[in-house]
Amino acid sequence: MVTGVSDVLQVENLTTCVATRNGIITAVDNVSFRLSRGSTLGLVGESGSGKSMTCLSIQRLLPSNSVVAAGSIRFKGEDLLTKTPRQMEAIRGREIGMILQDPMTSLNPVFTVGQQVGEVFRYHKGTRPRDIRTKVLDVLKRVRIPAPAERYHSYPHQFSGGMRQRVSIAINIGNHPDLLIADEPTTALDVTVQLQILHLLREIQQESGMAIIFVTHDLNLVARFCDDVAVMYAGRIVEKGPVKTVFADPKHPYTRDLLSAIPRISKSRDRLRPIPGQPPVMTNLPKGCRFEPRCRLASERCRAAYPDWVEQKETGGGVACWETAVGAK
Amino acid sequence: MTLPFIDLQDVHKAYNVRRGVFRAGKLLHAVSGVSFSVPEGSTFGLVGESGSGKSTIARMVLGAEAATSGEVRVAGQNVTTLDRKQRFQLRRTLQPVLQDPYSSLNPRIRIAAIVDEPLRVHRIEHGQSLKARVAQLLEQVGLSAETMRRYPNELSGGQRQRVAIARAISINPRCLVLDEPVSALDVSIQAQILNLLKDLQARLRLTYLLISHDLAVVSYMSDQIGVLYLGQFMEIASREDIIANARHPYTQALMAAADSTIGEEVGRVGNAVQGEIPSPLSPPSGCPFHPRCPMAEARCRQEKPALRAFGPSHQVACHLAESTR
Repeated sequence: MVTGVSDVLQVENLTTCVATRNGIITAVDNVSFRLSRGSTLGLVGESGSGKSMTCLSIQRLLPSNSVVAAGSIRFKGEDLLTKTPRQMEAIRGREIGMILQDPMTSLNPVFTVGQQVGEVFRYHKGTRPRDIRTKVLDVLKRVRIPAPAERYHSYPHQFSGGMRQRVSIAINIGNHPDLLIADEPTTALDVTVQLQILHLLREIQQESGMAIIFVTHDLNLVARFCDDVAVMYAGRIVEKGPVKTVFADPKHPYTRDLLSAIPRISKSRDRLRPIPGQPPVMTNLPKGCRFEPRCRLASERCRAAYPDWVEQKETGGGVACWETAVGAK
Repeated sequence: MTLPFIDLQDVHKAYNVRRGVFRAGKLLHAVSGVSFSVPEGSTFGLVGESGSGKSTIARMVLGAEAATSGEVRVAGQNVTTLDRKQRFQLRRTLQPVLQDPYSSLNPRIRIAAIVDEPLRVHRIEHGQSLKARVAQLLEQVGLSAETMRRYPNELSGGQRQRVAIARAISINPRCLVLDEPVSALDVSIQAQILNLLKDLQARLRLTYLLISHDLAVVSYMSDQIGVLYLGQFMEIASREDIIANARHPYTQALMAAADSTIGEEVGRVGNAVQGEIPSPLSPPSGCPFHPRCPMAEARCRQEKPALRAFGPSHQVACHLAESTR
């Protein structure tokens, strides 16, 4: 996570607001992270923690009730927030790809797979029609779809869930993007197939050097697939750093509790230690630390003010906690 | 010796699937020859991926679906041959808890009416005592009595699942059928519900049939574990034997998938399971797992392996089970 010229993406103090019936909520609050070429960042958090809104903000695909209120998103050195909608269109699908949870809803049921994969070449690169087929077959081969020439004319419903996700990966890597945003890409798949899809993404990443933002709630997958991790809670990043450091020695009580709350396959039958209570309502956030009402270590200071971000020099990570941050008294 | 509360003997379930108007129906074998028993007061975990038949088994145990052949016995009674009245009585001993508390609770009625419905239907409680019982049930699942005046949409996912559990235990059943009880919940909430289920089991001496795709959840909760694949058991064993001694390559693959070792390369080629689950409409010959199995031999393609014993509480359906470890 060390700053460098190789950073593909630098998100600084991103703040995204959403107008809801119950008032304006800050779905993404002061979020910062960097991503270098060929690396993978895991964005973890529970539903409503702001991870998907962060991704939509980067892509400038926010719903009409939402707006980026502050911050900057620098992609390959340029601020995406200053781009016109037309410029963004050229970037999406070409330099930034996105795969979603359910490929059945992200693929068009009335076009063949060949047509849908071919569209990205036609649209973004102006490839000549007679060359498109070769390119499509090539990329279908890259995502390991068996017998691509026969599958070219198939429709999405004729594919299994895992194969559909491969098609949607094909659509998104066809133009060799620098950044792939994968929002829960394996959640709808069977466990044995999940690993195959992640393995495929890893292979493509090693060939092309693309950076990946991997949004998930599954900590096991983060441990095995990501280089860095950012843990989100109620719109804020509460801890981030290299997976090795964060998982081996989590600093934030939320990260700690989350890691000890998931059942693992082990001989011991120790009782799980659940996190008491539930995440706060976004329209009625605590004044201080947002995790304070559920935190075992909470003190007066936590109730009074949101903790400062404490950077950890060696790793480039950091934590927002009054009680456990290095140097905290 | 404790009698089995749930007992399945060589149970088959086939559905007639019509594909198109003019084509003849085809049989889909959702469950093929499954046998297991659940002693009273224990937890049996069924683990498997989509199409493994785990939910079909749950529906047959609940009496919502009749077995095509074989015997499903609950509390000593053959579920398939019960008449309406007997089936109604059976429901007093056996209650389901379903996956999604967002769709399984009626959004138009208050929590009180959701929780006390089984009590009213079975005419166990009425009037003032009904209200007291609801308050007591809500407290048992960790909700305040005040919750009874609310509607489901005012509650979070975890709270809703607690309501569903309160309703299930309202008529003092002896057994709960838990179909993916935590998979719709956030990780920080899952542990709360799993611990609640464990506490209730100890306090009320409940028997659990737990269904999940997550081997970690199943291994935390269960005494016995059955690993299903395309409607058949690949391995069935005590929790300890599955964890320390899994012999079927499919069980081993599920365990590898649940592993969380940092930096462990995802889906390493070599011992990784290839391909996807075949359609149950055209299952593979021989061992149902052979097209994906990293160890498959010629024999696996032709001959279907039977469950063989590897110890007092451990059965494996694999020709190569001697050499998988």
